[in-house]
Amino acid sequence: MDYELMQRVFPYFLEAAWTTILLSVLTAVLGLACAIVGASARFSRFAVFRILGAAYVSVFRGTPALIQLFILYFGGPQIGIQLDAFEAGVIGLGLNAGAYMTETIRGAIIAVDKGQKEAARTLGMSRWQAMRNVILPQAMRLMIRPLGVNINALIKGTALVAAISVVELTYTAQRYIGSTYKPFEMFLIAGVLYMIIIYVVGLGIAWADRKARII
Amino acid sequence: MTNQKPFIDIRHAQKSFGSLNVLRDISLQVQRGQIVAIIGPSGSGKSTLLRAINDLDPLTGGEVWLEDKQINKSLPHRQYEQHINEVRQEIGMVFQHFNLFPHLKVRENVTMAPKMLKGLSDAEANALAEEQLTKVGMIERIDYYPSQLSGGQKQRVAIARALAMKPKVMLFDEATSALDPELVEEVNLVMKKLAEEHMTMIIVTHEMGFAESVCDRVLFMDQGVVVEEGPPEVIFRNPKNERTRNFLRKHLAGQKG
Repeated sequence: MDYELMQRVFPYFLEAAWTTILLSVLTAVLGLACAIVGASARFSRFAVFRILGAAYVSVFRGTPALIQLFILYFGGPQIGIQLDAFEAGVIGLGLNAGAYMTETIRGAIIAVDKGQKEAARTLGMSRWQAMRNVILPQAMRLMIRPLGVNINALIKGTALVAAISVVELTYTAQRYIGSTYKPFEMFLIAGVLYMIIIYVVGLGIAWADRKARII
Repeated sequence: MTNQKPFIDIRHAQKSFGSLNVLRDISLQVQRGQIVAIIGPSGSGKSTLLRAINDLDPLTGGEVWLEDKQINKSLPHRQYEQHINEVRQEIGMVFQHFNLFPHLKVRENVTMAPKMLKGLSDAEANALAEEQLTKVGMIERIDYYPSQLSGGQKQRVAIARALAMKPKVMLFDEATSALDPELVEEVNLVMKKLAEEHMTMIIVTHEMGFAESVCDRVLFMDQGVVVEEGPPEVIFRNPKNERTRNFLRKHLAGQKG
């Protein structure tokens, strides 16, 4: 192992790690936003919205994220969508993560005992009042862990944007391999940095989950 | 029996799921202050009938009236929602599995709906919760979470939660069926107290002794029809119908075994 080389390139990897983190945060935020819209659509009393929600989920879960990124970044200009690589990465990965998160949120809501809704409705609450005050607070607790799994996946998924040349961790590793021919060292640094990010996020998820536990 | 207009009037209730007829043309009139028990084997439609009263399981035919209001009106969605939410505030319901809100303390379980739906202030709602919880003997547990309570205690809180909306009628859907035997009595006592206050009640139950001691009328249902109805002393002591006799015999044997 070439430790001297690893030390020399490490600062550049750190910089790239920040890009990966920024990409992950933006993707997670966009994904959650999409998921809230998506899950609402899937619970709509209008069939059109339910179908649109289901279609969104099947399209984005049914095709490779890489293809989605390529269509957006390379195919976009053809239909008048001009995005730089970073924007295309955030939007593509965000829409993709949103599809998975939609199902996570939907699953958590369905997992709340249906007697809860009945109790709320028989007291005279509207559908929305029951959802807002009775179902969602309980569903939130159920969705923290699985959303954590989604976020874990999306962080690792950011590696895909290397393919559209966003200068993040994976791309940086590939670039230095090109000039140094030391794939082991370069991918090792990238891998360790990914692990640290994932570990810290995991701690945050576990903390949130503990905070939300029912007594 | 007086000839006054019924308080609750179920007219020709029918309910089917596909080809399965759960309720076949059932009519039931309940006067104000009356206590009616519905008994019968599982699958007889008794819970469905009870749940049709607040349109939780909407009927496929027939009408349900509370005083001069038809409950199961067919209206455009928004109007129906507003209508049914108003009606349901007047009908308390207690479930077999309590359905307390686990994320809220006992106090908030009781105060939530009155605050949200009747615009009570915190102070008013708290006073109301304390009053209702005292009535069901749960005031000491006001700051507990449901998960810290026994089944009997949970059910008493659930009754207090329903009473806090000041309902005109209370529906009990096998309120003691999920309880350990030694916890049944404390819930029965609360229901007896309500009976003494002349609360109108419809009780779906397997507790024949309780039904006999508290109710004015008993309905025996089987396969979606009311097989026999009458005062408890007749239904339990001297039933005329063979199916009623069979059911009671089996049920009593089951209780002993």
